[in-house]
Amino acid sequence: MARKFLPKVATGNHLLEGDVVYFTAQGGWTRLHEEAAVAETPEAADALLAQASAFPQEIVGVYLADAELTEEGPQPVHFREAFRTRGPSNYFHGKQAEL
Amino acid sequence: MYDYSNFDADFVHSRVAEFRGQVERRLDGSLTEDEFKPLRLMNGLYLQLHAYMLRIAVPYGTLKSRQMRQLAYIADTWDKGYGHFTTRQNIQFNWPKLKDVPDILEALADVEMHAIQTSGNCIRNVTADHFAGAAADEIEDPRPTAELIRQWSTDHPEFAYLPRKFKVAVTGSPNDRAVTKAHDIGLRMVRNEAGEPGYEVVIGGGLGRTPMIGKVVRDFLPKADLLAYLEAILQVYNLSGRRDNKYKARIKILVHETGLEELREQIEANFERQSRLLPDVDPAIVARIEASFAEPEWDTREAPAPVLEAGLKSFVDTNVTAHKQPNYAIVSVSIKPIGGTPGDATSAQMRALADLAEKYSHDELRISHEQNVILPHVHRADIPAVYAALREAGLATANIGLVSDIIACPGMDYCALATARSIPIAQQISEVFSDLDAQRDIGPLKIKISGCINACGHHHVGHIGILGLDRAGVENYQITLGGDGTETATIGERTGHGFAYDEIVPAVERLIETYLEIRETAEETFLQTYRRTGADPFKTALYGEENKANAA
Ligand code: SF4
Repeated sequence: MARKFLPKVATGNHLLEGDVVYFTAQGGWTRLHEEAAVAETPEAADALLAQASAFPQEIVGVYLADAELTEEGPQPVHFREAFRTRGPSNYFHGKQAEL
Repeated sequence: MYDYSNFDADFVHSRVAEFRGQVERRLDGSLTEDEFKPLRLMNGLYLQLHAYMLRIAVPYGTLKSRQMRQLAYIADTWDKGYGHFTTRQNIQFNWPKLKDVPDILEALADVEMHAIQTSGNCIRNVTADHFAGAAADEIEDPRPTAELIRQWSTDHPEFAYLPRKFKVAVTGSPNDRAVTKAHDIGLRMVRNEAGEPGYEVVIGGGLGRTPMIGKVVRDFLPKADLLAYLEAILQVYNLSGRRDNKYKARIKILVHETGLEELREQIEANFERQSRLLPDVDPAIVARIEASFAEPEWDTREAPAPVLEAGLKSFVDTNVTAHKQPNYAIVSVSIKPIGGTPGDATSAQMRALADLAEKYSHDELRISHEQNVILPHVHRADIPAVYAALREAGLATANIGLVSDIIACPGMDYCALATARSIPIAQQISEVFSDLDAQRDIGPLKIKISGCINACGHHHVGHIGILGLDRAGVENYQITLGGDGTETATIGERTGHGFAYDEIVPAVERLIETYLEIRETAEETFLQTYRRTGADPFKTALYGEENKANAA
């Protein structure tokens, strides 16, 4: 049975800083997952990935990640992506401290 | 300790200049990421989960005070004020910015350090016993050997693109503190019947997806033949190691698939040829290296009477080891405070350690594969002063070798390859057993945690090993028992199914409670008890009498 399609966001790392970033509906990049553009069909996901991959001088390692739609915007589904939104859990010093 | 020659210094500085040019070309767009990535990896720069990570070699774990101070300076200037010591005797910085990395490398080169060969399919940082040059049980200091291998392997053109990464460890003591049997090549310094120094050569050990204990390929290799023999092994591996499958590319698989006997024949035949072709190592080079590891001038003061003050006595009992000079001792500084991140040191702590080494340890420090820092040569009369200074710096935790002295890899808090977190599990276990008296009652116990199958946390050789996995999008932790990383190396046995994030620490508690109940005497260690009883009582503790049969 084909797996149910989950909405996707496009994410990668900032070339200079290394930070986790998300592609926005405005065609730019944000550090906040909830501001990410969401693709709700496989076709839209392909298009999102293509758009997000067009910044090789700014963003590296772009890929699609599953997301869940909520009133506060998209939220990560997998725990790995949840950690990427916050930073390391051993000290309060990653993204959680900066945003 | 080894001092760079002009050649070494020029080489390292020119590599920095080369990398600076490569970063500039990446930033101005003349290099693509695909072109740049292998170049940055050659200089130890990874892109991890949240940021870049720079991995710096601490060759055979040996540092001088000024080098430690420079690491503190780097942490403050270009990172977040701390560094992370790893099981490979490296230090990693977790937050450098790409544009700053050439400056960081320059700062390292200024103190004879670098990040060369800390990544890639080459011969990696050569590791050694962290008590090298100091241990009472030492046959010979392993560091001149490790340094010779470092010089031979650095930028060795033939071995820059091996089938996979290649790790060499050296120990000069019969008590193996360098996990030599879990390395691609392990060298154990021995003497033959005539009393001549040489090596027992072990090949094909390794952890990760297919954990294996290395096998002895040569009982006795004369010291002079070392490089020719290493060339012979590496050539056989380079030619026959599998390049079709990354997971089968390490030499351990070659040993396994070819068989030790046949491989030994190939290596010996190659060595015969090799030893005729290769010129001997210039004795002047060997002499220079050996001279730079000459013993410090020992302080001849008599050692004072043993201490009685409680805190200091506990510290001496756990963190102090016999030195080859009876008036001296080796002080292990735990980088595992209760609730802390194993292996993390702040810049202030690094400076405190540098000061202590300068004042009390002949300017020497070592990094252990167990993620602790060693002051190798402390006069026994100075131990109270060292202890007081360590307390001041928050570095006096008296838990070396005990349940809270946990190895934990960075796991999913930092590592892009991780399948689960490691550090919070270590933090919680150390908090549960925060009482040091209770830890001493439990006795020697090695818990080792990895956040994925790559096993950087050496979980396979932990008395209790914990492997973090991803089970259907949830963190899950598998336990192995009975592993051992010493001269009696053993791969731990898997107990059964894994535990959820909030179940794993109680599971470890149950294991330890069971051990306390069933040990025959207070002196019988966890590992001895496990070896005596087998896994059965521990499986009952983990899964219950009814469920243990189905636990797998
Ligand atoms: S064991 Fe896995 S998670 Fe841990 S540091 Fe190694 S690669 Fe990363």
